[in-house]
Amino acid sequence: MSINVRVRINSRHCDELIEASSKNGLLQVDARSIKSWASPVHGTVYGTLLNDRKAVEAMAQQMNEVPYKHPPKAPVLYIKPINTLAGHRSDVPLPQDAKELQTRASVGLVIGKQAAKVNQNEAYDYIEGFTLVNDISIPHNSVFRPAVKENARDGFCPIGPWVVSKEDVTDPENLKINVYVNGAHKQQFLTDNLVRPIPQLLQDVTEFMTLFKGDVLMVGCGHNPPRVTAEDIIRIESAELGVLENKIGRVPS
Amino acid sequence: MKTARAAYEGNIFDATLEGDQLKLSNGKTVSGQEVVWLPPVQPGTCFALGLNYMDHASELEFQAPEEPLVFLKGPNTFIGHCGRTKRPQDVTYMHYECELAVVIGKQAKNVPQSEAFDYIAGYTIANDYAFRDYLENYYRPNLRVKNRDHSTPLGPWLVDAADIKDPMNLTLRTFINGKKVQEGSTRDMIFGVPHLIEYLSGFMTLHPGDLILTGTPKGTVDTKAGDEVITEIEGIGQLKNTIV
Repeated sequence: MSINVRVRINSRHCDELIEASSKNGLLQVDARSIKSWASPVHGTVYGTLLNDRKAVEAMAQQMNEVPYKHPPKAPVLYIKPINTLAGHRSDVPLPQDAKELQTRASVGLVIGKQAAKVNQNEAYDYIEGFTLVNDISIPHNSVFRPAVKENARDGFCPIGPWVVSKEDVTDPENLKINVYVNGAHKQQFLTDNLVRPIPQLLQDVTEFMTLFKGDVLMVGCGHNPPRVTAEDIIRIESAELGVLENKIGRVPS
Repeated sequence: MKTARAAYEGNIFDATLEGDQLKLSNGKTVSGQEVVWLPPVQPGTCFALGLNYMDHASELEFQAPEEPLVFLKGPNTFIGHCGRTKRPQDVTYMHYECELAVVIGKQAKNVPQSEAFDYIAGYTIANDYAFRDYLENYYRPNLRVKNRDHSTPLGPWLVDAADIKDPMNLTLRTFINGKKVQEGSTRDMIFGVPHLIEYLSGFMTLHPGDLILTGTPKGTVDTKAGDEVITEIEGIGQLKNTIV
């Protein structure tokens, strides 16, 4: 069985639908005529931190200590600005001041229409579909300050390869995301392990902040994001969303 | 030159200021009362600074940061001159922040301070409201405090960089219902505009239309529904907002 997925490819500045089907348990396309992939989304990209139960458990004690003092009440959000957006197979530049990077694999909710004060019972009405996100950052232990310098480097947010319509995803709240570095399995992230499941997250975010068509809200990332360094190849796989592969660039000269 | 964006008779126009009149891009001249003012630029990436004035930093009982405290804002938060900002019912402390807003004019990467002014298109005024009840210690200041819908008035217009001789020596003032509640000068920034452009462009590429809101001096007090808040910067103008 095949489905259509939405892409931006071959430097064309328009959305296109191409056919994809499941092979070897992963959604794939015939990529022979595809020379380059851009991010399939172009709005504002928001990340959610501490939305994975294991990640929260691991930090539980710290959350009651200085500087955090209390566990978070509202979703912990951040922005990946436009300079960070990149596509499938892009090289992620390794900055001069970083030896290692961390890869926070996530699922992005692609917003389908303006979403403000959404009720969680209607959350999926506002979602066009889903995509994979490789949210790269320079490792930072403290999440007290917004960490823009660590999160917002050029090319630090590969997205894609495509957007899968919500109708073609069996259960967005039960997705398995596997992360491989140079072929070795490093992490599994499950969307059934979220502190705020997708509908509640969308409700709590849009309570104070409108999301627009084309914006992306990442649902969170797993505990202990893998560390990567120069020339490592990161593969983020999910049966129904496909494979997002990116390479870390060379050590800058 | 001062440029603005405004909605008029069902359309959106770029406009230039001629005295207190707006000359729309279709040639028609109208008064400021006849239009709906929009933010003078459609912001790209928006950076904002926390604790960037010595006096405000000490007022909040913090040590001055050693590195700029930068956070990002989304497009949902901006509204134009004469707009309305909602004060949520459960909030006990909502304050304005009068800030010099710098608009980037060309792509900038690794720009030294000495060349920073070459990368600026112009200046406008931002009122970067904060809702302190929602402050939490994760990626602080968090988006629920600083990125609420319609909570960052911007405008009224963009003043060309060439028309502001010394952006690092401008008086900022805020008035609530006509009473002055905040006064400071951009010369008291901890990290001045050239430093901020060097810092940001040193780790990422800035693009035309990106905005830097450079922080606020001391004198932030609670505002209530019904208050008219005017943030003013010498040489730029007055930005009006009403709290509802």
